[in-house]
Amino acid sequence: MSHIVGIDLGTTNSLVAYVDETTGLPRVIPDREGQMLLPSVVAFTSDGVLVGAGAKRQLVRRPETTVYSVKRLMGRGYEDVKDELCYFPFKVRPGDGVVKIQVGDRAVTPPEVSAIVLKSLKERAEAHFGEPVAKAVITVPAYFNDSQRQATKDAGRIAGLDVVRIVNEPTAASLAYGLHRRGDGVIAVYDLGGGTFDISILRVKDGVFEVLATNGNTRLGGDDFDRAIVVWLLDDILAKHGAYLGRDNEAMQELRLAAEAAKIRLSSEERTTLTIPFDAFTYHGALTRADVETLIGKLVESTLGPCRMALADAGLAPAGIDEVVLVGGSTRVPLVRRRVQELFGQVPHSQLNPDEVVALGAAVQAQILAGGITNMLLLDITPLSLGIETLGGVVSVLIPRNTTIPTSAREMFTTSVDGQTVVDMHVVQGERELAKDCRSLARFELRGVDPMPAGMPKIEVTFLIDANGILQVTAKELRTGKAAAIEVKPTYGLSEADIDRMVEESFTYAEADVEARLLIEARNEADTVITHVERALRQAGELVAAAERERIRAALEALRQARGADDRHRIQEQTAALNRATEHLAEAMMDTALKGALGSRRAAEIMAGGVERGVYPPSPKES
Amino acid sequence: MDYFEVFGLPRRLVLDAAELQRKFYELSRRTHPDFHQSAAPEEQARVLETSARLNAAYRALRDPIARIEYLVRLEEGRDTKEGAAEKPKAPPALLAEMFEIQEALEEAKAGGLDPSGYEALRARRDELFARVREVEADLVGRISEAWDQAAPERRAPLLGQFKEALATRAYLCTVIDDLGQALGESQDGHVAHRRH
Repeated sequence: MSHIVGIDLGTTNSLVAYVDETTGLPRVIPDREGQMLLPSVVAFTSDGVLVGAGAKRQLVRRPETTVYSVKRLMGRGYEDVKDELCYFPFKVRPGDGVVKIQVGDRAVTPPEVSAIVLKSLKERAEAHFGEPVAKAVITVPAYFNDSQRQATKDAGRIAGLDVVRIVNEPTAASLAYGLHRRGDGVIAVYDLGGGTFDISILRVKDGVFEVLATNGNTRLGGDDFDRAIVVWLLDDILAKHGAYLGRDNEAMQELRLAAEAAKIRLSSEERTTLTIPFDAFTYHGALTRADVETLIGKLVESTLGPCRMALADAGLAPAGIDEVVLVGGSTRVPLVRRRVQELFGQVPHSQLNPDEVVALGAAVQAQILAGGITNMLLLDITPLSLGIETLGGVVSVLIPRNTTIPTSAREMFTTSVDGQTVVDMHVVQGERELAKDCRSLARFELRGVDPMPAGMPKIEVTFLIDANGILQVTAKELRTGKAAAIEVKPTYGLSEADIDRMVEESFTYAEADVEARLLIEARNEADTVITHVERALRQAGELVAAAERERIRAALEALRQARGADDRHRIQEQTAALNRATEHLAEAMMDTALKGALGSRRAAEIMAGGVERGVYPPSPKES
Repeated sequence: MDYFEVFGLPRRLVLDAAELQRKFYELSRRTHPDFHQSAAPEEQARVLETSARLNAAYRALRDPIARIEYLVRLEEGRDTKEGAAEKPKAPPALLAEMFEIQEALEEAKAGGLDPSGYEALRARRDELFARVREVEADLVGRISEAWDQAAPERRAPLLGQFKEALATRAYLCTVIDDLGQALGESQDGHVAHRRH
């Protein structure tokens, strides 16, 4: 039987996992280099499309065409996201329902970008198994609405995957934990990822995982922490150097990556320094953990309201929770742990790697669906109330939030005018009273109603939310018993025709062709080295003798030449040669840095990523 | 098949929650779509429907108030969507008091309440909350027990009592929500009385 894999399609990183038949335990599948995490970054270059670490290296140099955090745009309309677009260097514009990302001369939709990430994971799994992989379970935030789930499913289809189940991330995590512990009890899963936040409360009993309540925010995560730090950095740079970098895409990417790295360091250290070289100056800054906690305090605080709501919906007090589990990379932030501990009155734990646990759980769910696990069952819920707009724009709720899925509701419709043959319905999702304040899912048109006096036709419409949390609508005319034709116009989403077209045109990206990929990566590597050496010569060239500077310039020119041709090995040789030529300069810079004239770590980094390849000794850790 | 029959239960209101949950898990293991992935499409559609019906049945029966609301609908042969079956109605004994509260609410909305006014509203809200608890205790206790014991031909008046108490409860909950909003309290508390 072919494998069903479990995929965690994350805001920042994505993973693919499967259940090992011999051990019965889930395992993440690494890439060729042994990496588990695939950065959810896609770079559209003139040479082809890059995904993952290769794409991530393009963030600073090609910010306009390197797409990251696309999960924040999935299943959303332009109005939903326009407030945060200032943080993205790539151009996002309104499309027909969905948003479009302009990369060079073509526009792509968020599901197409996600599909590139999925395809890469699919190929990783295929390389591992040595056979095609056609089916996958993909995770989504529990608080994702219908459009966001559908967009994720569409992405799978575009990637050539049959998405056999969309499963909620916190519940997937609980399945992974379920394999390791046999005890029954009530668990709260606090899941703070790169861009989304979920809280789910589950009762685990005799292998049944019953979700009692869920809540969250699909626009809150580590990205927002980074943004808060970037805003602070912009102010600090303005104060120290009189330069505002907010409109410089490359600088903003430098700042974002530096902010993210500082945030991560501050999870284990109390204090950190930042040294960021720009063309006109080099910025030196210092941040303490307390500083960052002030910057992100409100964001962390805003996760507690949803936790209290979920508890109330589950009919539980914090003391009723037996165990609190932390999922998602952002739960490494000490302030998050502290607040969660205060709210629930117990120490939360993350025994399984918070970056991997969702993918592992997706693999468990995949194995359940494949029939390989029969003693575990997940009973999940729909996170948002589903309703229809009635007279006066008021919502009539058909399926309340936190209803166990699959679930269905029936509603009778009729006509209001004699001879009317078409009936409209507007389906929304959300907790507000007025349809305009809820999330519009779709407009349905019931067609072919037999012309009759007003009020005579009796059309029964069934709204069914399947186990994926996705809505299906069917209708039948009760007099005749025949199914009524329904035309669905999703408010935010792709049409069937769109998806078919995208499957056809699906990006032939470089990953598929190993040689092409390696060539692109070699070129990128060369570009990075060239940029860094140019900068080093400009900023610190006088540290070495003129003759040595000349040798470096010659090596630089040789690499430029090689880069223009298609010979990967030649590019790699010249890159290595340039690295060797700059060894002495790097050492000199390092010495100067250690004497305090330059930032410590950055000095080595200026030197063409020498640290990465081990040409230069790693610099002392920042403190 | 009504929701009681889904669980193989007689149409009675007093039931063992732990036993209901155990049956729900057991039936879920039989009907959940996860365990029928390789079935033919028609079979899958049937499983989906059965599973949705089981979930609806559990939702209607696990909560004692929802269970009564469902029973009333069932007895009256109404197959409407889930939720409160009865229109909120002010209890006659409380009419004068409700009038006062409405006035105070108007004042609060216009921003004309002083701290002592807020204090009074809060006290009122707590009183109403206690009253809701009383009504609920009567519903799930006395009237439910009477229903279970009554011969079928004697059940009609009890049905009337259920409807009246449900209407009062629905009314009180609405007023409590309004009071909560006027007091500027977050939503957190107000959902608490919806589930038990």
